[in-house]
Amino acid sequence: MELTRREFLKLCSASAVGMGISQLVVPELVQAMEQAASTKPPVIWLQGANCTGCVVSLLNTAHPTIAEVLLKIIDLHYQSNVMAASGETAVNYLDIITERTKGEYFLLVEGAVPTKDDGIYCTIGQKDGKEMTFLETIKTLGPKAKAIISVGDCASFGGIPAAKPNPTGCKPVSQVVSGVPIINIQGCPPHPDWLLGTIVHVLLFGLPELDDKSRPKMFYSETVHQNCPNYSYFTEGKMATKIGEKGCLIQLGCKGPMASSDCPLRKWNSGVNWCIGVGAPCIGCSSPDFPDGMSPFYSALPKDKWPKKDSEIA
Amino acid sequence: MATQKIVIDPVTRIEGHLKITCEVDDGKITDAYSTGTMWRGIETILRGRDPRDAQHITQRICGVCPMAHGTASTLCLDDAFKVTVPDNGRIIRNLLLGSNHIQSHILHFYHLAALDYVVGPDIPPFVPRYKGDFRLPKNLNDAYVAHYLQALEMRKKAHEMLAVFGGKMPPQMTMLPGGVTVTPTVDKIASFLWRLRELEAFINDVYIPDVLGVAEVYSDYKKIGIGHGNLLAYGGFPLDSQNKEKFYKAGRYTKGRIVGFDPLKITEDIKYSWYKDGGSGKHPYDGVTDPDAEKKDAYTWLKAPRYENQPYEVGPLARMWVNGDYRQGISVIDRHAARALEAKKIAEAMEGWLLQLKPGAPSYAECKVPESGEGMGLTEGARGALGHWIKISKGKIENYQAVVPTTWNCGPRDDKGVRGPVEEALVGTAIVDAENPLEIVRIIRSFDPCIACAVHLIRPNNGGEIKKFRVI
Repeated sequence: MELTRREFLKLCSASAVGMGISQLVVPELVQAMEQAASTKPPVIWLQGANCTGCVVSLLNTAHPTIAEVLLKIIDLHYQSNVMAASGETAVNYLDIITERTKGEYFLLVEGAVPTKDDGIYCTIGQKDGKEMTFLETIKTLGPKAKAIISVGDCASFGGIPAAKPNPTGCKPVSQVVSGVPIINIQGCPPHPDWLLGTIVHVLLFGLPELDDKSRPKMFYSETVHQNCPNYSYFTEGKMATKIGEKGCLIQLGCKGPMASSDCPLRKWNSGVNWCIGVGAPCIGCSSPDFPDGMSPFYSALPKDKWPKKDSEIA
Repeated sequence: MATQKIVIDPVTRIEGHLKITCEVDDGKITDAYSTGTMWRGIETILRGRDPRDAQHITQRICGVCPMAHGTASTLCLDDAFKVTVPDNGRIIRNLLLGSNHIQSHILHFYHLAALDYVVGPDIPPFVPRYKGDFRLPKNLNDAYVAHYLQALEMRKKAHEMLAVFGGKMPPQMTMLPGGVTVTPTVDKIASFLWRLRELEAFINDVYIPDVLGVAEVYSDYKKIGIGHGNLLAYGGFPLDSQNKEKFYKAGRYTKGRIVGFDPLKITEDIKYSWYKDGGSGKHPYDGVTDPDAEKKDAYTWLKAPRYENQPYEVGPLARMWVNGDYRQGISVIDRHAARALEAKKIAEAMEGWLLQLKPGAPSYAECKVPESGEGMGLTEGARGALGHWIKISKGKIENYQAVVPTTWNCGPRDDKGVRGPVEEALVGTAIVDAENPLEIVRIIRSFDPCIACAVHLIRPNNGGEIKKFRVI
């Protein structure tokens, strides 16, 4: 099982070549992006009442790869899961970099903000012997950012930790910080394209068009149901009545009509698959109402919430 | 010489919010405190919901280990629903869990731990960094940096493989009580197999040699970070529909012997946890855990799980040791080595399991939410022994509890003052430079902590009778 140095170097150069070739579909876009990124925008990523699922989802980005994102597109100054520094080194650097790039940095927030009992349920570091709550950190660093991107349902709308009975008083970022543009990237977790597409849009063309919930319209303007491959089963009235049966999954609890995302078209994990692709009813994780508005996940929506069939639409 | 205090807050390159405090005398750690600094109350949120929601919500306890929670949760629900999962369902669940073990182990070594041994590029997030004891010669260091990037692609591929049957990741969507929603087809099997073989090649040709390379250059870490020397595995990856035979057997290693495991003997202490007193020494299912952030002497949101009042380390090293696959030693290096060798062992087994799938045969057995019932699901997550317990009444979740790997590893002192495994592993370590305490972070990260998993809470209304649970 030993590997010689020569073999190491061989492996090294092989992978280096692999990484060097851009895998973006549109070469012009790559070029534009790299040009825009010649002064790579500073990015600070903070985590509160989170599960790190949004980071893991982002790591799964296909085009560009996460290596390209880190090396060529952004300067990721602070991100707890990947950064080299720990402890005081990290906290001091957060101070330095947010001061140096004040008004320029993008603040990416993952996780809801626990507000109960002065936010004591989440502290993210220690400064001068005092713990920094996530709440006060967001309140301090939020207004100094160029823009805030709330990554995922928790930061955008409260998500899982804000579900009933919301034990720690979790709130979305938009209810804690004001006076700075906030973009909500919905999803539990969001598809990597939704986040990166938004970042690239901001870099190349400025803020994308947002809907009334501050979500980029380009990803969230249609329901899962509208683009579902089972849509024709629904219009024909062919509903699956048990797991594994062909047909629309609405009677098995599918929340596709309540979820707004392009999952059926984009699919997940480099386009390998998606939820309904394995016969699993959508649980509506791409919605401001997730999870409480979608639960119980395996119970059918009440009939009055069913979408209209084509024949019923005048 | 006065006692010096080293506080690392936050400990980065792990999952979640962790603070470590060490007391140092004459250049050696004399005491250590592990603090989980975030609490959400997921199990409180579960109460009153449809039991079938548990597998989706518990997967969101942690975005790094959703598979482990999905597995424990569905096993727990199978037990409560009294349903026998068809072979296809059982095998696909094992394949999903195995895929995430591979993903998680590659991620842990390269993207969480490696920067403690390897100097990264001079751009953020690789700077700033601790200075000092980086020993790799430049050409080897460069190779590790290249492998860091290659490993990003490999771990992504492991998730693509998982999505073939799981729908997507994280979290997967196909598992539910009674089996999985997906029916295996030949094209899916082939698509999975092709990716698995590519990952096996990476594990054998890059990951394992890289771990051995670090082990050689940093060989003193075979004597550092030892801890209590107690190891525990719950067992996992059922090999028959009755869950009798498992790929990993349950068991313990203590005082130099391999001995049995009985889940009824798990208790949790809370003297040093931010929960109101009165709940110590109880089985997790009976625990009383009202938050109390002002409690005197308490210093963490984690509880202190114990087995027969003893602390135990869990993880790949523990289960490999209990099962006789790895018994070189217990240390920083041994944890990394056992994890890498486990990736190989699991990948090889998965190829066999994959070919046992019967295309077109059922992978789900019909089952209904019982009016009342109880269940337990034990498994081995990437980070170690994981158990879920449920109590159902009136068709809803009355009580839900999880005892997770990082609670075992990063939990605080118990009521008797005996340190948790990570705390104990730190004590006695020589610190060369208190400003750049590489020794401390190397020890912590060898356990692969996952704090979102570890901090959990339940507010039981009437306790519940743990003795009614049967061992599966």
